[in-house]
Amino acid sequence: MTPPRSALGLAAAIRNGEASAVEVLDDYLAAIDAHDGEIHAFNLVTRDAARAQATIVDQLVASGGDPGLLAGVPVALKDNLCTRGVPTTCSSRILDGWRPPYDATVVTRLGEAGAVMVGKTNMDEFAMGSSTENSAFGPTRNPHDTSRVPGGSSGGSAAAVAVGFAPVALGTDTGGSIRQPAALCGVVGMKPTYGTVSRYGLVAFASSLDQIGPLTTTVADAALVFDVIGGHDPADSTCLDRPAPRVLSALDEGIQGMTVGVLTEFLEGADADVVARTRQAAEACAAAGARLEEISVPEVRLGLSAYYLIAPAEASSNLARYDGVRFGLRVDAEDTMAMNTATRSAGFGAEVKRRIMLGTYALSAGYMDAYYSQALRVRTKIIEGFERAYRRCDVLLGPTTPSTAFPIGAKVGDPMTMYLSDVCTIPSNLAGHPAISIPFGRGDDGLPVGVQLLAPALAESTLLRAAAVIEAAAVIEAAASTGGGRT
Amino acid sequence: MVDTPRLTREDVAHVAGLARLHLSDEELDLFTGQLAVVLDHAADVALLDLADVPPTAHAMAVINVLRPDIPGQTVDREEVLAAAPSVEDHRFRVPRILGEAP
Repeated sequence: MTPPRSALGLAAAIRNGEASAVEVLDDYLAAIDAHDGEIHAFNLVTRDAARAQATIVDQLVASGGDPGLLAGVPVALKDNLCTRGVPTTCSSRILDGWRPPYDATVVTRLGEAGAVMVGKTNMDEFAMGSSTENSAFGPTRNPHDTSRVPGGSSGGSAAAVAVGFAPVALGTDTGGSIRQPAALCGVVGMKPTYGTVSRYGLVAFASSLDQIGPLTTTVADAALVFDVIGGHDPADSTCLDRPAPRVLSALDEGIQGMTVGVLTEFLEGADADVVARTRQAAEACAAAGARLEEISVPEVRLGLSAYYLIAPAEASSNLARYDGVRFGLRVDAEDTMAMNTATRSAGFGAEVKRRIMLGTYALSAGYMDAYYSQALRVRTKIIEGFERAYRRCDVLLGPTTPSTAFPIGAKVGDPMTMYLSDVCTIPSNLAGHPAISIPFGRGDDGLPVGVQLLAPALAESTLLRAAAVIEAAAVIEAAASTGGGRT
Repeated sequence: MVDTPRLTREDVAHVAGLARLHLSDEELDLFTGQLAVVLDHAADVALLDLADVPPTAHAMAVINVLRPDIPGQTVDREEVLAAAPSVEDHRFRVPRILGEAP
């Protein structure tokens, strides 16, 4: 199997001619051929298009040109990102076979930076889920233990990076769908500030919460990819009109003098081994010169309930477009309304139906005030709670998930239990803030643990500097535990 | 504050109709139980007194985004129509809409 290599290292080697993009690609494709039958990270591997892209990169280097910051770096794309002429399914029967007429802006930007797109990764249907078991095409398996879930909804992207099918993947995060699978698979996963990365060409789930971000093996690679995909895009009216991010260059400035707040509420429901890892990560920040503080934001306890009203409400509206008229599946019936109903009933899986109904109910006459409108007010309270915390702290620290990866099948019959795996990630989406999951050691079961850093809106540079400190400490800790026989 | 009675099977059937979904009897039973659990959990939100708190529909305050009204390149019509289940005369074709004779 191809050992994980950093995108920064690969791009540098390809740009200065030490490595060939085609040969690098062939290594990764060989790993996919050997192991994806077992892992099922991909819905589609775009082998020929990838080789064509890699060939162009090699030719550009040979002729003295600069292919870009991600020269020849293989990238896996979550299958809810539109790729022109290449099937984009959202792991749903209702979009099976659909070929988008345009590329998502992030896909265009990756291509312009010299990246090589290797395929489309499996996901929970329409990004609704926390285990990738809600895919219409079967689950993805966690590379660390194939009897366990990789997390979700970007489970295919997380597994692909963890096992070495690609050094970089893009995922999307509506309530934790980048960070939770990153934690469960032992990779870095970052959700940027809402509006810093264009959503043009991302198939919408909950438009006020969805954000695209990177899954990588290192914090520096996450910074690099964010610099490439971020920045204003007139095609997305919610995309902030600001200069493109430049976070990579500030990554090694350290956290001397910063205040890191350990978020009490995130520790409450977490397993003891996950709490212990989080405490160790906090100590690493202190050792690097940060001040530690225990901080409480009680409002985040309401996040889960608010999210499971707001996100389904937005989804019920966004998914109204799947009606059998303009794209995707059609199940014929005697009139149009019967065709709409037959198509949607056959095309959507159980979790998507549940969320559409939950959202329709929360928005329906007589219930909208009690549910949807109340949830929007809770959202204000959560933002106020974070504002209070950020008057004292530069970043907040907690676990990404309460537990390590759970067995396939363990939670599929009980949606509420499944939803609870997002309890620590949801508040950042409601607030629109950036957050990142960094692998930090193993749990008592030997599976990866992720710790999470949160920062105020647009403070990606601060967030990533602190993440780099925790990453460095995790590497030292891993070396010590291997050498000393400790866990 | 609004009272939130427990979700019934009839509520779920009604909502499924609004959402253009047809549910089997088994799905109705299953979803009624599962959705009731989620709504019970949401009672912590529904029962709060938040009358003085303004709602937030969108975390970043971006409003009235405009651009110059200049014609430009857009997606190709034939490429869009090629993805449709049924097309006639460069239009999306659907079964009859009203109750008229076929």
